[in-house]
Amino acid sequence: MSKHMNLTLHVWRQKNAKCDGKFVEYPAANISPDMSFLEMLDVVNEGLIEKGEEPIEFDHDCREGICGTCSMVINGRPHGPRERTTTCQLHMRSFKDGDSITLEPWRAEGFPVLRDLTVDRSSFDRIIAAGGFITAPAGTPQDANALPIPKENADLSMDAAACIGCGACVAACPNASAMLFVSAKISHLGLLPQGQPERHIRVRDMIAQMDAEQFGTCTNHGECEAACPKGIKMENIARMNRDFIKASLTYRPATGGGGGVG
Amino acid sequence: MEFNARIPDGPIEKKWEKHKFEMKLVNPANKRKYRVIMVGSGLAGGAGAASLAELGYNVDCFCYQDSPRRAHSIAAQGGINAAKNYRNDGDSVFRLFYDTVKGGDFRAREANVYRLAEVSADIIDQCVANGVPFAREYGGLLDNRSFGGAQVSRTFYARGQTGQQLLIGAYQALERQVGLGTVTMHSRHEMLELIVVDGVAKGIVARDMVTGKIETHLADAVILATGGYGNVFYLSTNAMGCNGTAIWRAHKKGAAFGNPCFTQIHPTCIPVTGDHQSKLTLMSESLRNDGRVWVPKKKEDCAKHPKDIKEEDRDYYLERKYPSFGNLCPRDIASRAAKQVCDEGRGVGASGRGVYLDFSDAIQRLGKAKVEEKYGNLFEMYERITDDNPYEVPMRIYPAVHYTMGGLWVDYNLQSTIPGLFVGGEANFSDHGANRLGASALMQGLADGYFVLPATVSNYLAGIKPGTRPTADHPAVKEAEANVKARMEKLLSIKGTKSPTHFHRELGKIMWEYCGMARNEAGLKKALELIPKLREEFWKDVRVLGEGESLNQSLELAARVADFLELGELMCLDALQRRESCGGHFREEFQTEEGEALRDDENFCHVAVWEYKGEGQAPERHIEPLAFENVHLATRSYK
Amino acid sequence: MSVAEQSIAGAEARGHGFLASSVGRKVVMAVTGIVLFGFVTVHMIGNTQAYMGAEHFNAYAHFLKTMLHGGGIWIFRSILLTAAGLHVWAAVTLTLDNRAARPVGYRAQQNVGSTFASRTMRWSGTILAVFIVYHLLHFTTGTVHPNFDPANPYANFVNGFKVPAAAGFYIVAQLCLGLHMWHGVWSCTQSLGLSHPRYDSLRRGFATGLTLLVVGVNITYPIAVLAGIIH
Repeated sequence: MSKHMNLTLHVWRQKNAKCDGKFVEYPAANISPDMSFLEMLDVVNEGLIEKGEEPIEFDHDCREGICGTCSMVINGRPHGPRERTTTCQLHMRSFKDGDSITLEPWRAEGFPVLRDLTVDRSSFDRIIAAGGFITAPAGTPQDANALPIPKENADLSMDAAACIGCGACVAACPNASAMLFVSAKISHLGLLPQGQPERHIRVRDMIAQMDAEQFGTCTNHGECEAACPKGIKMENIARMNRDFIKASLTYRPATGGGGGVG
Repeated sequence: MEFNARIPDGPIEKKWEKHKFEMKLVNPANKRKYRVIMVGSGLAGGAGAASLAELGYNVDCFCYQDSPRRAHSIAAQGGINAAKNYRNDGDSVFRLFYDTVKGGDFRAREANVYRLAEVSADIIDQCVANGVPFAREYGGLLDNRSFGGAQVSRTFYARGQTGQQLLIGAYQALERQVGLGTVTMHSRHEMLELIVVDGVAKGIVARDMVTGKIETHLADAVILATGGYGNVFYLSTNAMGCNGTAIWRAHKKGAAFGNPCFTQIHPTCIPVTGDHQSKLTLMSESLRNDGRVWVPKKKEDCAKHPKDIKEEDRDYYLERKYPSFGNLCPRDIASRAAKQVCDEGRGVGASGRGVYLDFSDAIQRLGKAKVEEKYGNLFEMYERITDDNPYEVPMRIYPAVHYTMGGLWVDYNLQSTIPGLFVGGEANFSDHGANRLGASALMQGLADGYFVLPATVSNYLAGIKPGTRPTADHPAVKEAEANVKARMEKLLSIKGTKSPTHFHRELGKIMWEYCGMARNEAGLKKALELIPKLREEFWKDVRVLGEGESLNQSLELAARVADFLELGELMCLDALQRRESCGGHFREEFQTEEGEALRDDENFCHVAVWEYKGEGQAPERHIEPLAFENVHLATRSYK
Repeated sequence: MSVAEQSIAGAEARGHGFLASSVGRKVVMAVTGIVLFGFVTVHMIGNTQAYMGAEHFNAYAHFLKTMLHGGGIWIFRSILLTAAGLHVWAAVTLTLDNRAARPVGYRAQQNVGSTFASRTMRWSGTILAVFIVYHLLHFTTGTVHPNFDPANPYANFVNGFKVPAAAGFYIVAQLCLGLHMWHGVWSCTQSLGLSHPRYDSLRRGFATGLTLLVVGVNITYPIAVLAGIIH
């Protein structure tokens, strides 16, 4: 079997949103390269509990790279060193014996730290609530095949829809911008015929909410694309900008009478 | 205990339509006076909360995750079934119904299954309207594949992320309602108790997982869509947070539990690598469409590199045993066959618990590019986890706990034995019998959420006066809240020596060993001795550090493990008393000469409905007889 | 109010205007950037006349000053000044927003996708702003020029660059311009949504080509003076 390793962790510990935090050093001994990164933390936590110290709190759930819960910056990179891999799918074979690993939470005004490596990402939910949907209440819509969608558009839409909402793009962006996340949703829905009626209002509302959540602005660094575990492309940001410009140029101010049904 | 399945009369294909017409409606002006609690935000919960809010009710939706978009429905890979017959291959509502009843080994309720098949086509329409980017063909129409033991192509999919896309569709609909103010979302909240006032469900007690505050929430109806309890096995394909607490608490408050022992073991998971293993990863069943399952014929070949094992020394055991279905036979059968060959000592990999899933034929036949197009993302995931390249070396797979067909017992309206408490999705027992077919879980979740619950909950609400919710100072409310607080304090005060994970792992070992893929009387009896002992030890020796009034994952876990320690016992008891083999429940004493499941329709053609009788009392087993009027009872054969 | 407690802005926020929005200000950056890069490119081309001798160069300068009865240059100046003003305004406000978006930084941030040019836009931009002021005082008003002759721009050009420090600063500023342009030209296509996978490689190529051309030619001026090629 492959050799076990010993590592040193430098972990951000913070009691709650109000307290100040600090880095604390922990040894991680006898780590198997077959462990996932989070299993390594489980082992460290079990050791802490045994010693009577409070375990490191970190967000995680499905541990198969799809739910988007896990979130930590590992040695300066969201989700760690492996491309297109979430923290939970990162395995310890990506590290060497004797490595020192720094663990930090996502850092952004829009993602306040709740405790240790856990942050509040409800801002993303509010951005979706502001417009990231197609209005189609449950009922009896037309037959699914009544609306042919070119395969290319369906595929591009799916590429964007693959976003897991983990927030690594924000964490990686030097400006803590959420534009990759927002643009992925705008592309997912905007590339489909069903998404057309709300296309303009969607982009305006989502960007307004994104700004209200105090995320930064894209300066086209490309760190988001490099950090995204699902390979979401910056092309989406360009598409969002294009939609926003179009929407802003053709926007009619509300006259106040539009909403009533009599 | 009295319970009535309330199956509407009339021919099966007319039941749902007739019932929908007969159900009462709520005056539109009154709808906003009702408040509904939805616990869970997956396919059933998210779609249900959104749909109820669309109807005009106020909905409070709870999830333990940090966002409703993270519910574990997201992890379903393969697809969703629907009787659209877009392929002209002979599919129909009746055929989907038939396949599901048969696949469930005749332990599901016909009327529910028929309704599921009936609304399946609407689900696809609804999802497309919501912007789910299903796979399409060049002509722009929806693509289908055959999946999980079906002989027609009725599975719709979105790459290997169908669950994710369906959930995101429901989540978007839910968030739209949040934006409109009709749904109040309570993320990072865990339900810890059901509030029952005068025998009727009226609310829940939940813990705010960030502040640790214990909150009571009151409503006119409560819906649980909290998923399955597969994590009772510690290792499963469920997310780490999946738990049985909500349904278990409801059970202890009077909701009967249906068929707790029916567990689905999924045949294609990545094998365990060691004690550190925290969860198991499923590789989509769609891989079995092109991959061939085999083990060496001889034990001594097991340690060899698979490439060095000659074709004639390989045992393609599924193709050998089930020539007509081959590698595509249902999950329970494929899982058991894998266990059998590993028990014979022919398993591969370091642990000896693994079989090969080989794509070399498919690569030769279709070309690497085509295989990559179909399964590229799964192969990539496999390689990330195991460091093996499946294009070069066969994958190693082994069965793992995946889904629980059992759950809270519900009637045709998805109402439990507690009036006002509804249960949807995997949390109920209703549609899959003793075994669930592939691509049916997504179908059931969305059927319940988009179509069934909105109708039946409305019908329930129409029967109660608006504004009759209890107040927060009602004694039953106070008592529920106090009980939860006491339980949390108790867990924190034990200050023992072992972590909650330790107990969870120990419980998992017992469950997997004695109540896993194959069960027998002696083993189950043993488990029924071991579990209470472990539970006793837990309450004496668990160590939960930190405080209650803060984010405390150990406390969350400890509370869940405490409930698993009770639920596991009921599962073993149910497995012990069901003296037959059916679907995922395989009792070694009841098998055919060829080692297949041997049902006992005379004595066990029923749902086991378990009633909680109080602390320290033995639960009582009732039965709901099952009648098969449309699909005739027959032995499943996939040969 | 913490971010977590904020509600969905929805319709209220929709009123939040184009210039207040992050993307709107990015568009301002991009459009004014195009104006400024366009000017820099034309300026570079015009100055190549230095290689054709004093007569040509002075005639070109005279033309600029007198076109449209002397109004032309003021039209250009006002456009440039407005563009520069808006560019700086957008840059400053966006930078402040971006700083506020990450109040606590990382201990160990690794850069993977970004480039040196993209990370130093603020610095290259600031140096360019200082340079522009200096450049105007140097060659337009002559305030910091050793021996300025309003009637003889060619002589000013040659004498100005004969001072090694002035030439050096000019060269440094051109390198900053290079960084700024290389990222900026590509970046403005992104901000304006002018992106299509088919043309993506062209975008980078265009940015690189234009930058090399402008900066490459501009840098030859002081070098040519110092080397005595232009005298």
